[in-house]
This record gives sequence, structure tokens and C-alpha cells, in this order.
Amino acid sequence: MNLLEADSDRLLAAVRALLAAKGIMDAGEIAARVRATDEATPAQGARMVAKAWTDQAFCRLMLADGTRAAESLGIPMRGLPPLGVLANTPDLHHLVVCTLCSCYPRAVLGYPPFWYKSAAYRARAVRDPRGLLAEWGTVLPSGVTLTVVDSTAEYRWMVLPLRPAGTEGWSEPRLAALVREGDMIGVTIPAISATRSGPAC
Amino acid sequence: MRLASGTVVRVRDDWPETRGPCHIRTPHYLRGESGSVLRHLGDFPNPEEAAFARPAPLCPLYHVRVDQPALWGEGAPGDAVVVELFGHWLEATP
Repeated sequence: MNLLEADSDRLLAAVRALLAAKGIMDAGEIAARVRATDEATPAQGARMVAKAWTDQAFCRLMLADGTRAAESLGIPMRGLPPLGVLANTPDLHHLVVCTLCSCYPRAVLGYPPFWYKSAAYRARAVRDPRGLLAEWGTVLPSGVTLTVVDSTAEYRWMVLPLRPAGTEGWSEPRLAALVREGDMIGVTIPAISATRSGPAC
Repeated sequence: MRLASGTVVRVRDDWPETRGPCHIRTPHYLRGESGSVLRHLGDFPNPEEAAFARPAPLCPLYHVRVDQPALWGEGAPGDAVVVELFGHWLEATP
């Protein structure tokens, strides 16, 4: 049989049946993994960021061991590469890229955006990172140095951005709603924009 | 021997891809460049073996900081590229 021409539904059913018959993975485990994949979106990373902004103990855990911090919020990390977290400071900004392929912290950010995988982003993030940030409209205050983290091997990296001014007293969900995918890659910086601001909660 | 934080290292100027099939996690743009070890990230199966389903011994992985402007002769002073590199790609330099 030519696998490339096989009916995909029948092929999937055959693989599932083989996994079960060989005791590798049962239907429940497959369903759980499908659920975890569906739930893996930037909202998970944003939840971690918001908690780190409001809970110092969690922030310390997140910087020391991103995987354990994610698991403590119920984000499934089993079998995945270790998660590293890069904290921005008033003097230092981080930008994440994978020049070799498209390594990305999928458990907490979901599927990478199309541009993250593009040759242009991957080349320019290391060659001309400030020019790249400028095209995103991201302006680093003068005196801020930039560290580009090339995700070349075993870890997956996310950025913990600085909490924007003017968010004092905000609840975790409200803070989380502010954090975008790009803020956790480092191409953008979270800010209270006109369209996002609303009444205090 | 594990490399200590702060050790100045040179990335091996080696091109195994010119000698045959291989799987290498050391980017081209860093071969032969110098940097300093930030920290040991852990020990992981050598991907150069694992990619071919061969026995893959655990190898130390380091976060290494390279001065970004020095790589290209342009850029802003103080900027850096930080990259994960396996110990067998690093040579300690005096």
C-alpha cells in the first residue's frame, strides 16, 4: 500500500489502533494530548506573565524554572523541552528567535506566528535586531541594551515583559488581557493603548 | 570538565556539513566566534547522534553570550546574542 495515497481517516484510525494494541498510548491519552494542544495558546503565557507581575514568589519560580511555574498553573508540560523565562528589566530587553528552525514555547504560546518561521525574521533578528524592532514600532528607551536569544537547542524561551505603568491595582485577568504573543517573543512591549483602556475593575 | 560561568570560549570553526550528513545545533554565524559562558543549562542527549537514532551520550549545554556588534561589524554597543551551545563545540581560550 502507498501510505501517501491512503485515505487519511483510515490511516489515522490504523495508527491509533496500533498505538493501543502495542500498549504505547490509549484513546484517553490521545484525547488528553489533543485537548492540551488545543488549549496551548498565548493566553497561557499571558496568564503566567500576569501572575508574575502580581506574585513575587511565582515570579521567582518562573525565572528559576519556567516548566514548574507553568505546571503550577495547570499547563501541561510533561514530555516537553524545558521552558526558560527571560526577564526584561528597565535596562535590558530580550528578543527570541530560532535561527536554525522554529523552536518555540508551544505549551505556553501555542503555534508560532507565520513570521516567526520566516527566513527574514530568523536572519534579521540576529543581524539587525534594532532595525527589526523599529519596523514593529517598538522603540527601546535610550540606554536599554538588547539581548537576542537564539533558541538553538534544548530549551524553549519566553520573555517576561515589564509591567506597564498605569496598571497598578489591576486584577490578574485584566493584566493578562494586556499581554500579546509578540510581547512574550520580544518584538513588542505591552502598553495600555487607547483601544484597550477601560474603567477600573 | 564543566565550564564555569564567565569562561571565555571560542566556538569551534568546524563544518561537519561539508563532510557528510549531519544534524548540528551550532549556527553557521557563530563558528569561530568568541563569547563567554553565562551558565550551564543542563546535560542533554547529543542531538548529532540522536537525530540519526544512534546512542546519544549526555552532553553539557551552556548559555553563551556573544557580543552582537562584533559579529557583524555593526549594531549598538552592549547588545548581545545569547545562544545554547554544547560543550564539545566550545574551546576555552586563554
